Amino acid sequence: MSKLNTKSGVICHYCGNDCRENFITIEDKYLCSDECKNEFEKSIPSISNTEPSCCCSSNNKTNTNIKEKDTHEKFNFLDDTEIQKKIVNQNGKYNGKNVTSVSLSIPGIHCTSCVGVLENIYKTNPGILSSKVEFLQKQIHIVYDSSVISLKGIVKVLSDAGYEAKIDLHRDDEVSGRSKSSQKDLYIKIGVAGFCLGNIMLLSFPEYFSGENLTDNTLKTFFNYLNILLALPVFFYCSSDYFKSAWSGIKQKVISIDIPISLGITALFVRSLYEIIFFNNAGYMDSMAGLVFFLLLGKLFQSKTYESLNFERDYRSYFPVSVTVIEDKIEKSIPVANLRPGDRILIRNNEIVPADSILFGRTSSVDYSFVSGESIPELKVAGEIIYAGGRHLGSSIELEVIRTVSQSHLTKLWNDPAFKKNNTSGFSELTDFVSKYFTIAVLAIAVAAALYWLPDVNKAVNVFTTVLIVACPCALALTTPFAFGNAQRIFGRNKFYLKNSSVVENLANVNSIVFDKTGTLTNSKDLTVTYNGVPLRAEELAQVKTLVRNSSHPLSKNIYDFIETDEYYEAEDFKESVGEGISCSINGNDLKIGSVRFIVKDPDCSYIGMKKEYTKNAISSNVFLSINDSVKGYFSFRNKYRNGIMKVIEELSGKYKLTLLSGDNNSEKENLTKYFNNESSLLFNQSPEEKLNYIKHLQSNGDRILMIGDGLNDAGALKQSNTGITISEDITNFSPSCDAIAEASEFSKFGKFMEFSRSTMNIIKISFAISFLYNVIGLYLAATGVFSPLVAAILMPINSISIVIFVTIATNFSAKLKKL
Amino acid sequence: MSVIILLITVSMIVAGSFLIAFIWSVKTGQYEDKYTPSVRILLDDTETEKNNKV
Repeated sequence: MSKLNTKSGVICHYCGNDCRENFITIEDKYLCSDECKNEFEKSIPSISNTEPSCCCSSNNKTNTNIKEKDTHEKFNFLDDTEIQKKIVNQNGKYNGKNVTSVSLSIPGIHCTSCVGVLENIYKTNPGILSSKVEFLQKQIHIVYDSSVISLKGIVKVLSDAGYEAKIDLHRDDEVSGRSKSSQKDLYIKIGVAGFCLGNIMLLSFPEYFSGENLTDNTLKTFFNYLNILLALPVFFYCSSDYFKSAWSGIKQKVISIDIPISLGITALFVRSLYEIIFFNNAGYMDSMAGLVFFLLLGKLFQSKTYESLNFERDYRSYFPVSVTVIEDKIEKSIPVANLRPGDRILIRNNEIVPADSILFGRTSSVDYSFVSGESIPELKVAGEIIYAGGRHLGSSIELEVIRTVSQSHLTKLWNDPAFKKNNTSGFSELTDFVSKYFTIAVLAIAVAAALYWLPDVNKAVNVFTTVLIVACPCALALTTPFAFGNAQRIFGRNKFYLKNSSVVENLANVNSIVFDKTGTLTNSKDLTVTYNGVPLRAEELAQVKTLVRNSSHPLSKNIYDFIETDEYYEAEDFKESVGEGISCSINGNDLKIGSVRFIVKDPDCSYIGMKKEYTKNAISSNVFLSINDSVKGYFSFRNKYRNGIMKVIEELSGKYKLTLLSGDNNSEKENLTKYFNNESSLLFNQSPEEKLNYIKHLQSNGDRILMIGDGLNDAGALKQSNTGITISEDITNFSPSCDAIAEASEFSKFGKFMEFSRSTMNIIKISFAISFLYNVIGLYLAATGVFSPLVAAILMPINSISIVIFVTIATNFSAKLKKL
Repeated sequence: MSVIILLITVSMIVAGSFLIAFIWSVKTGQYEDKYTPSVRILLDDTETEKNNKV
């Protein structure tokens, strides 16, 4: 087995997916992951193992016993009935069994063979009755017998199989459930409206072709009443949302786009009823059904969501649900919210520190990549404060809590009012602005025209309804959903995922862009490595490369890439002390790489030619190398800027005010001044609160801010800004709450994204102008009574369709021009 | 001409039953997960069959 490192699209032999950076080769076959390797091996008779193992179990087998014990203790909190109640969906008795169903989120589901493994899990576990995987949502729904197996048992079974369930008590189940059922509703409504529209149009064909007088009167009556029958569900069921939201708008004294829509639909329906019942005329049920159908289609177009992405996370989603507290030497797990200052907590390898605490005893290396995007773990010694949000690497440590979770350095941010604001508007601001004046104007014209004709009541009513029918703001109501929906789709194709389609408008309105540095401008995975110290011979370099090849630590990988040699040796006695370093012996030489404490007992590094004042910094982020117990030197790491990021900044700097807010020191200031307009827009050493407040300060000057960040420390600024974009290497992984998630690899297109959002707004304005022109002409003719309502009813659907077609083609064309 | 009335009534009943079928399919959640069933169909039912695969 050997690991290669290429990005050329290698296809996995087992699952057929594109292997990303790392893949395994067996017998000239490429396999993308350990699961696939296992499954593949099973499929070859010679190496197949008879026991029914599941595909990800290799992960666990390779790990040490400590890890297994850790994971099992970790789930102890699931025995708590209160917590169980929050997680379990349904509970009932059926056939003498305590049938319980639970839905768990399993981020580990990533290749198709996982579906087979997880859905067959009931075969080996008698308590589990059935399981069903939702692949894209990375969820599993399990039905189990709670008298045979407990919830904890289920989670253990899954974890042993290599699929660790992510339990999040604060997950907004209600919201996601509601959106699912409203999506179902929308499908049904579109189905019903489409059905009725089609049939009404078929029944109206004779009317279209033979003009006013249909030959057979019985047929005509039959068709007309059938039309009424078909129009009833459209009016009362399909368009009910518009009436409801129009009514709630009136109650709150807000004029929204739904009011003129409802008026138009009602006018069409009532007028048609009147015509059919009293005069046996054709009516305009076809126009009404068509309008409702297109409106609903627009809604569907706009409701595109990326189900596997979560835009609404707050810190609680990342923090553990419970934590182990040591009280009188007894370990017990309590919910993190109940932590009090003074509690002693136990944090195991790879767990997140839930509250600001002081470290006892051992050293710890804390990975703050979660918080700041900084990928190099920081070394902490006894007595130092570890801030909440850091991930502990190394053997278990004891901590004393000094602040409660909600008062911790990072999480206090969430008490800021910025997190309470809720800006969800269905339609865009522009539409609402236009429709406000539009509605008032239409009503005024309709009333004025009716008054003008008043002595002639029949004519007055005629004119009044015709005006309402003609003016029905189909273009207003259709343009934005179709334009934004299409734009969102085009962005999604370019791996830039918007929370909802109205973000397009916010992007277009931005005039100031704020960047975070670490993890946003820089790539947290790709580091620049430099070596300081005694020059190494080629043979020694090859030995170092052999050593780091055995370790999966991110820094080892970077050193591995840094050393250019193809020679390898046999490594013996390889040892990895988590959070400290690695060692092995090659050809009788003892090699050690790791933190300074791991290499030498005395942390005074003066003997390798380093200045004293530099030492402290060097200790925390540098990796030292010793061969046969003599220190050779150290590797230091610096974040690399993302490919093409400077070009993006140059592109943007002419059009927007650019600012940099970095939590780091100002060592990069010189370098960055070139790209940002002036020094005053570069701010360093910013705390999360300062970032948030700076955004507020910019906003108070009337700026509309786009914030681009990545870590939890940007969460406040992302939330406060008008639009917050998170950059992520792996979009399904981690992102604080935001309006859009951009995949890092596509970020060089960002300038184009901004241009495209603005041209989408222009397209919308053009189509508003077109429909305005149509309305002016139509209203003039309607108000003067020249138009018969029939002509108005025919013109209206034509206008709607032409607007939909124009907007869709124009956005696609403009995307093509920008090569998106 | 009354045959047209009969034909249209029959056709409406047929079309209506398709509409009901559609509503049923939406309500039973057949549009919720459009990806996993495509994977599930390709998976072998039993372990023994799995081992025969090369």
